[in-house]
Amino acid sequence: MERRAAGLIVVRFYQWQTMKDALPAAIEVKGLTRSFPGVLAVDAISFDVRAGEIFGLVGPDGAGKTTTLRMLAGILPPESGSIMLAGVDVVRDPERAKHALSYMPQRFGLYEDLTVDENIRFYADLFGVNRADREPRSLQLLQAAGMSEFRTRLAGRLSGGMKQKLGLVCALIHHPKVILLDEPTTGVDPVSRRDFWRILYELLAEGVAILLSTAYLDEAERCHRVGLLHQGNLLFCDTPANLKAGMPKAVLVIASRDTRNARKLLIGAQGITSMVLHGDDLRLVVDDAHTRMGPLKARLDAVSGSYDSMMQVEPTIEDLFVDAVGARDVAHG
Amino acid sequence: MSGRRVIVMARKELVQILRDPQSLMIVILMPVILVVLFGYGVNIDLKGLPVFVFDRDGTQQSQDFLKHLQASQYFHVQRVVGNYDALTRGLDNGSAKMGIVIPWNFSQRLRSGGPVQVQALVDATDDNTANILTGYVQGVVQAYSAQVQSQWLSAHGAPLQFAPIAVETRTWYNEDLESSAFIIPGVLALVMSVIGAFLTSLTIAREWERGTMEQLISTPVSAGEIMLGKLLPYFVLGMADTVVCALIAIYWFRVPFRGSFLALMGSSAMFMVVVLSMGFFISVLAKGQFAASQIALITTFLPAFLLSGFLFAIEQMPLPLQWITHVIPARYYVSVLKKIFLKGTPAALLYADLVPLAIFALVLGILATRSFHKRLT
Repeated sequence: MERRAAGLIVVRFYQWQTMKDALPAAIEVKGLTRSFPGVLAVDAISFDVRAGEIFGLVGPDGAGKTTTLRMLAGILPPESGSIMLAGVDVVRDPERAKHALSYMPQRFGLYEDLTVDENIRFYADLFGVNRADREPRSLQLLQAAGMSEFRTRLAGRLSGGMKQKLGLVCALIHHPKVILLDEPTTGVDPVSRRDFWRILYELLAEGVAILLSTAYLDEAERCHRVGLLHQGNLLFCDTPANLKAGMPKAVLVIASRDTRNARKLLIGAQGITSMVLHGDDLRLVVDDAHTRMGPLKARLDAVSGSYDSMMQVEPTIEDLFVDAVGARDVAHG
Repeated sequence: MSGRRVIVMARKELVQILRDPQSLMIVILMPVILVVLFGYGVNIDLKGLPVFVFDRDGTQQSQDFLKHLQASQYFHVQRVVGNYDALTRGLDNGSAKMGIVIPWNFSQRLRSGGPVQVQALVDATDDNTANILTGYVQGVVQAYSAQVQSQWLSAHGAPLQFAPIAVETRTWYNEDLESSAFIIPGVLALVMSVIGAFLTSLTIAREWERGTMEQLISTPVSAGEIMLGKLLPYFVLGMADTVVCALIAIYWFRVPFRGSFLALMGSSAMFMVVVLSMGFFISVLAKGQFAASQIALITTFLPAFLLSGFLFAIEQMPLPLQWITHVIPARYYVSVLKKIFLKGTPAALLYADLVPLAIFALVLGILATRSFHKRLT
């Protein structure tokens, strides 16, 4: 199962790589801005998502992810900027756009006192999906979600992961062209999370555009393209590979029995732009690995046994993000 | 506006009501409880009221009068006291609702054909009770004096020349002075306020509170469809409850029903639109179930209870309060109900109440429609 899913992801990714330029933009956002009293939540961001593409909006809480998605879903009017969604101007005519989109809010948005089937039927009916289309579609989606045997269960009695998958099933019942998911996998168990991603990848074959937000940076690597959102600004927007390749810095991992102490020893050392405790490791972002490793090791050697090993690793999206956000914070402070 | 989507919303809402024990209790039990409560419990007929008697005459004649008082079943002669102070003390501490003082020359004056005055001291802390008490005691005294007159006639062969003129107060529409007949029709206004405003105020607020609204407004269902779909089940349930309450009133409490059933349903539907609109409007503004339900109770149930003329006659209220009642929709509905039940006023003559009610329904309906948007703020 795991391998099949992984294989599928690779295949879809390959398909996307070969055809991405031919695909039309399903979501086009330009200069989108929205503020709330005292906060500029989203600051003139622009990006686009093509049909058949999964775009990940990544950022910490309060970065403006939810505000962005709500504006795209046509339920929160932006202050300025434009949103074109499947050819419809969302800002001017949100109700027309709603036929083509599907939005899953961060909080479980289904009725806990209705059963799985009743929830699906309710959403199918609202979108005017007739019974002949609904039955096979919900059967297929429920099966993919591993929920076929829970059709008569009240939604409130489902586990967190199941609820999210049901939310996805309801969101997909009407064959939307654009899917907006706000942190769909937050608090979801690994198995459900895997189902979730498999369903998303299978959907790409239908030519949908998927925009999801996530606070999990490892999940960002599964997206075709990633936008890093911080304090309402879109810092980067590219494929995970390009983002990592374009990172001008290097990442060092120091294994230590006392990472806190190691961290203390390294404070003030030259060349370090960020330092993060990561489990039993201390992850450093340095401007250049070759010139910095020697002096850093020497600094740690001043206290014997302060570390076990130090090596350079491939940067992850998380490294990139933490470094970018850290640097900005310093620049702002 | 798509009728299909309205039905879809309404069906979902109905399933939710049927699965929620609290809503179900309010829909099924509350109307019955309210009618029975006001039919029996808040029966302002006040039977067996405690009365203290100070009999200064102490003759067989005065004893006979007291027996009549006792026999009326409105009064219960709790104590016969020996002085005035004991009587006032009884009234002061509430152990007596009324004190009767029979003058020392009671039998003597009656023997010579009267007139004589019996003093009744009434505890008027509750003016309503006091009014009723005075009415009762007058009734008893009149009946007794009529009896004295007929005895005089048979004993002397001629009627009393200077018979005290009986102030005859006739009670219209409610000949038996059964207060339940006055009250029960008004209970319908209470029931509807609870179903229409209280329950409805919860529905939109609940969707905001549970986060389901955010997903709902991202679908093609329109604001009007959401509103109609949500209100439809409550409208049907409210009307059903109206019928149930009316049947209990008519067949259990024997409240007369002299008007037309159609007029009852028509005016009830109008009032239902009023309270549903208010409930919906409140729900949209409050966005929290607790706040919404409190506001709904204060703005609909309480006025329907206190200012509608349901329990307390509007004409007896202080003038400023009387003015306020004009903006209480329940006032017009209660008035219509009393006319339909007790007077049998033809539907065509109900316009004085139905026109304001229709205006309220229209204005509040528009207000509710305008208030709800498929937007977050």
